[in-house]
Amino acid sequence: METHEDLIAADDVLLFVNAAITATGQREFHSGGAEQHLSLEFLHAYLLGNYRELYAATLALDINDHNAALIVRNLLTTAAEATAEQRRTEGRLIARRLALLPPQRVYRLFAALRRARVNNRRTRAIMRDWLAARPDPALDAVKYRSGLKGALKHAHLPPPHQELGPFLFRAKQPASYREPLLDAWRRAHFEQAAIYELPFTVAEGFAAKHGIARGAFLERIAPNLTRLERLRLQGSARALGAAAVSAELDRMPLTRLASYVLGLPLEERTARRAELTGALTAAAERTAGPLRGSWGRVAAVLDDSFSSYGSGQKRRRPLAAALASHHLLAALATEYRAHWTSGRTDALLLHPSGPTPLGLRILDALDAAPDRLLIVSDGWDNAPPGLAAEVLRIWRTRLDPHGRTAVVHLNPVYDAEDFDVRRLAPGVPTAGLRDAEDLPALVELARFAEGRTGLPELRAHLADRVAAFLTDGNPA
Amino acid sequence: MTRLTLTGLTPGPAQVWGAVRLVPLLREQPITDLRLHRRLFPGQELGVAQLGGRSEYFSYVPHAFVADWTNDGSSAAAYGTQLTPPKPDLPSLPAMRLRMHRRLARREGPGRLRFLPQHLALEGYLALHFGGPTIAWSEWSQRAMRGGLSPRAEEAYLGSEVRGLADALRVFEIHPGQCGMLLYLADALAAAFVVPHPADYRALHPSLLQDLYGELVHHYATLMPPVTEFRARIPGPGITGLADLRAAAEQQAQHWRTAHDALLAAGLLDAEYTAHRVYRMGPFTLSRLLPPLLPKQENHIGETITDGDGRLAYLKTFRLSEKLVRRAHLLSRLAAHDWHLGRTAADLGLTPAQLGLRLESAGFGLLLRQDILDGYRKAARRG
Repeated sequence: METHEDLIAADDVLLFVNAAITATGQREFHSGGAEQHLSLEFLHAYLLGNYRELYAATLALDINDHNAALIVRNLLTTAAEATAEQRRTEGRLIARRLALLPPQRVYRLFAALRRARVNNRRTRAIMRDWLAARPDPALDAVKYRSGLKGALKHAHLPPPHQELGPFLFRAKQPASYREPLLDAWRRAHFEQAAIYELPFTVAEGFAAKHGIARGAFLERIAPNLTRLERLRLQGSARALGAAAVSAELDRMPLTRLASYVLGLPLEERTARRAELTGALTAAAERTAGPLRGSWGRVAAVLDDSFSSYGSGQKRRRPLAAALASHHLLAALATEYRAHWTSGRTDALLLHPSGPTPLGLRILDALDAAPDRLLIVSDGWDNAPPGLAAEVLRIWRTRLDPHGRTAVVHLNPVYDAEDFDVRRLAPGVPTAGLRDAEDLPALVELARFAEGRTGLPELRAHLADRVAAFLTDGNPA
Repeated sequence: MTRLTLTGLTPGPAQVWGAVRLVPLLREQPITDLRLHRRLFPGQELGVAQLGGRSEYFSYVPHAFVADWTNDGSSAAAYGTQLTPPKPDLPSLPAMRLRMHRRLARREGPGRLRFLPQHLALEGYLALHFGGPTIAWSEWSQRAMRGGLSPRAEEAYLGSEVRGLADALRVFEIHPGQCGMLLYLADALAAAFVVPHPADYRALHPSLLQDLYGELVHHYATLMPPVTEFRARIPGPGITGLADLRAAAEQQAQHWRTAHDALLAAGLLDAEYTAHRVYRMGPFTLSRLLPPLLPKQENHIGETITDGDGRLAYLKTFRLSEKLVRRAHLLSRLAAHDWHLGRTAADLGLTPAQLGLRLESAGFGLLLRQDILDGYRKAARRG
């Protein structure tokens, strides 16, 4: 028998998961950065205090990196409050998650732990194991110099490589290194050619120091660029005449690619239509994987209203999530139709504008009686306000009481005021959405939000995810 | 006497944010032969406006509007969409700088006029019976006879101090074809703003934040709870299929588009205004409007640009606070009776003593001779 407390616990955990997927403490369209921080910190403290195990288990879900780092930090800070059993599970979850986080975030996390004076045995062990697993300590030493230095000092660890000791701690003394990367860093101080043996972010500083023209620098550093640096820089590189910087779009993750496409001017999108659409479709099909074509007839209502611009910090993020979902759904469905709120039909030429007439678009989508209806929107339904909720309510209570059509609302924006993503209608499950890649998993999670399944099921689901996460380390 | 009509403009669906309600005004046919853009004076918001003659006044002037027009009806260029490099030869001084504005509306070249928005209207209000008594009745002080009402100062609030307005302007979605808006705070009309072309509106939309708003508006925004928003409602019974649902939803959408009628703006549109022509610009006329200045009613001062057919191309209004209206009302009644206290008092249904005390409480006490005022006070105490 399920108790009232159980229901509340399930609700709280779902609330937190939605927040942890969407919120990054950055400014959103409807609320400022400070509000976001305050709201998110409260949620973390609340969940940690009340449901420590479930809080740790969310590390196994598709939450964003910002929240993952925050959870790790909170768990390590309050290690004394946990039982031995809890600590063991937490340790494994943390180690697994840290391996998936980008290294700069982990170094930032270590710095935060150092500032907070968290230096228990478990923290030191976690830092030791993570550093030991880094593939190339010399690269880390050059690229994340202060991060690595701080971590070694904080955890009382010997440098992982015998030359790193002098490199990190006695760099002022003239020395030569056998390790080529370290030696390149030393020579780059006075020799221009050595710059091009370094990673891009490090070389950039040296190039500025030597006064090398940006175009020439980009042309020569091109082989050292990472995938995302390449994507970010190719526009400005082309303007500067550095043709060597070009991104292979077909290897990019889907949502990142959608963001990139939306950042291009409309003329360029038209000119490169075949290339961009091809890349998006390929990425979507790669993401769909074995689920491809298994979702039946799908209709989607996608928000490209003015508010999908997001904010100066998360520029066009909601729209990028919608565009990526559009392509992913096309790959998942056997038969797919998209309805953009602006009425546009060309997905490649989207831009945020106009009000959000969600209600009428939902009706258009229901016309075809699809098996699934997915709504990707920030939940601000304003033309007219509340029509979407009414349409969905009448549809669910009068026209489709047996749930022939599964309706799910995915929301890419965290609402700081409500500590959750904004809901469209009470009867429609809502889940947070960060990357469209997580969409299938989120649709599964959203069924818990309907209120028909309670805490035991949610616990079982989390346990499954944790087990899968710990064994194969694949968070999907 | 004229009336304000929003010819060619249709109200669109309202949007709500806290206590702010914004009703967009949409134009089917944008006016293309008159364009407005804004000239900013960053860091030099405190300005001296020289009115010609020897009078001038100090004020907060964040920007000027520049109107470009053509006489033959062909399209004018919008300067607001061009980027101009900042002048590198202007060093930023640590001291606050004053900017001199020669005249409120000034021709800058053929087919081009620079004017200070709101100041036209405000100047019309401030200069109201500025000269003081026209006949030297014995009750008036020497100061009133010599200097009139000088200096006359009034207070208003900056848009960025009005609570929620900045958020509202950021969040509202500009409708296609929007050429203006009616701004309500706690459902009291605070301002109306109309421009000739949607592109101009897009460029001038943020300027609303730098405008002046009356005391009343500021209080409403700070003290009132959020206004109710239109919420769609579809009754369940009677809906048997998707077609019924669609019909009901479209009816709601239609209702939402037309839910705002002129009723809310009645205070602005029903009043009889005195219009003064300020400038003729080709086929267009720039004029300022003064309301009848009746206490306990909505009073908006404003400025308009109308074309030859009387179509409204530009409108900006400022709602006078109750205090401002009372002061203006007193002055206009006094002026109507040649500043004779007895006759004015009789017209207002007061005794001269009551009128004298009312003048004092309105801030005009210095205009009366001290002994006369003391006599009025004594009379009031005696009852």
